[in-house]
Amino acid sequence: MTWDWAFAFEIFPRILEGVWITIGATVAAYAISLTLGLVLTLLRRSSFKPLSLLVAGIIEFIRVTPPLVQLFFVYFAFDMGPFLTGAIVLGVHYSTYVSEVYRSGINSVPKSQWEASKALNFSKAQTWKKVVLPQAIPPVIPMLGNYLIVLFKETPLLMGIYVMEMMMIARSIGAESYRFLEPITIVGFIFLVLSYPCALFIRYLERKSGQLPGSAEKGVKA
Amino acid sequence: MTEVDHAQNDRKVIVRYRDVKKAFGDNVVLNDLNLNVHEGEKVALIGPSGSGKTTIIRMLMTLEEPTEGTIEVDGEMLWHKEVNGKLEPADEKHLRKVRGKIGMVFQQYNLFPHMSIIRNCTEAPIHVLGLSKEEATERAKQMLEKVGLSDKVDMYPSQLSGGQQQRVAIARSLVMQPKVLLFDEVTAALDPELVGEVLEVIKDIAAEGETTMMLITHEMDFARDVADRVLFLDNGLIAEHGTPHDVIENPTSDRLKSFLGRFNSSHA
Repeated sequence: MTWDWAFAFEIFPRILEGVWITIGATVAAYAISLTLGLVLTLLRRSSFKPLSLLVAGIIEFIRVTPPLVQLFFVYFAFDMGPFLTGAIVLGVHYSTYVSEVYRSGINSVPKSQWEASKALNFSKAQTWKKVVLPQAIPPVIPMLGNYLIVLFKETPLLMGIYVMEMMMIARSIGAESYRFLEPITIVGFIFLVLSYPCALFIRYLERKSGQLPGSAEKGVKA
Repeated sequence: MTEVDHAQNDRKVIVRYRDVKKAFGDNVVLNDLNLNVHEGEKVALIGPSGSGKTTIIRMLMTLEEPTEGTIEVDGEMLWHKEVNGKLEPADEKHLRKVRGKIGMVFQQYNLFPHMSIIRNCTEAPIHVLGLSKEEATERAKQMLEKVGLSDKVDMYPSQLSGGQQQRVAIARSLVMQPKVLLFDEVTAALDPELVGEVLEVIKDIAAEGETTMMLITHEMDFARDVADRVLFLDNGLIAEHGTPHDVIENPTSDRLKSFLGRFNSSHA
């Protein structure tokens, strides 16, 4: 099959329309995973053992089943429409990974910070909000950013439940015209153009993280 | 064991340990502690590591729960609540109420690295005591001035030396105006040349008188200068106690003699 430039230019705008659905699904799913991920992390740390075990079990269950199966299941079990189903399922699926990222961030905050908070009589909620999370989150921002890219690249899965994202459009163009090379290449090209700057930005954040506030280069330590 | 309470009997008891025992599994670190600390009193705790002295103050700060016995702060049970004449374990609300009377300075300073010096000192007064931002800032600046760091308010902990960080930690706990202030080997992590500045600050605060202090220290000269009473802990028991003169200058037991001796030789 040879590349047809005229055809490629003709279908480009049509595929580009799907980019908004792709981005919309990514942003919605990412927002769900960031929020739900934190909730899962906090519930998992509950001192009430049955609750933390239950949450750990749910996380494990979601993580060991394929997202495509989850998509079909939710799509047919609940009548929410393709886009909403897609955003929720991907969001919930990735919240289990994001939760693991939060967990490593929280574990990196030394026990002494909790003790200092107690000595100043902060409540549990204040300790989380003012002391622990502000130290736990910044170091894991690059890792969280990585999941944004992974999630973005995972959105073509949504064509399984007929969300009109880029890949779905490309495939229908192929089905109409019997030309698959151009639409699929264009989709790949758009993914590349959008993910690469994100990846560069995350690399920049990675370089920056690990620096304490107030230290221009390396912290001065006694 | 008899209750250790012979100094300053005329002043109100602010901390009372009753038959307190602490064990981690089978390992008993503190045995049957009975101790009264009086308002305004400065008590130094000395002894080899593992003798139980840190556990004594950590239980008071609610960082460690006693295995048995009770601790009273200012007439109120710390780890227990009296419900219909019976003692029940205290809930977080009760712990928080009584804990507010205690403050602590840690060996590793434990400043909040993501907050400026002034925010380290104002965050708790604003959100725990409910002071306005202006009041809290005013009070924090006074305390930072007292520890000689009023020019560092906008810096971050990582920009200060260990001695300066520890002075900030002292100011931070003073802003909360605790009735009892605990010092857990606060100079042990410092370079030798920075120890003096921190001890001077503590001596100044002690000289003001009103705050009750319990200090764990390996600095015998400092203990002698600052303390009204010295407790020598050994194997989870108060092995010897009395005025600094009695305990540090005229130790009676062989254990204490050898402890002090070891000490002097290592710090010669």
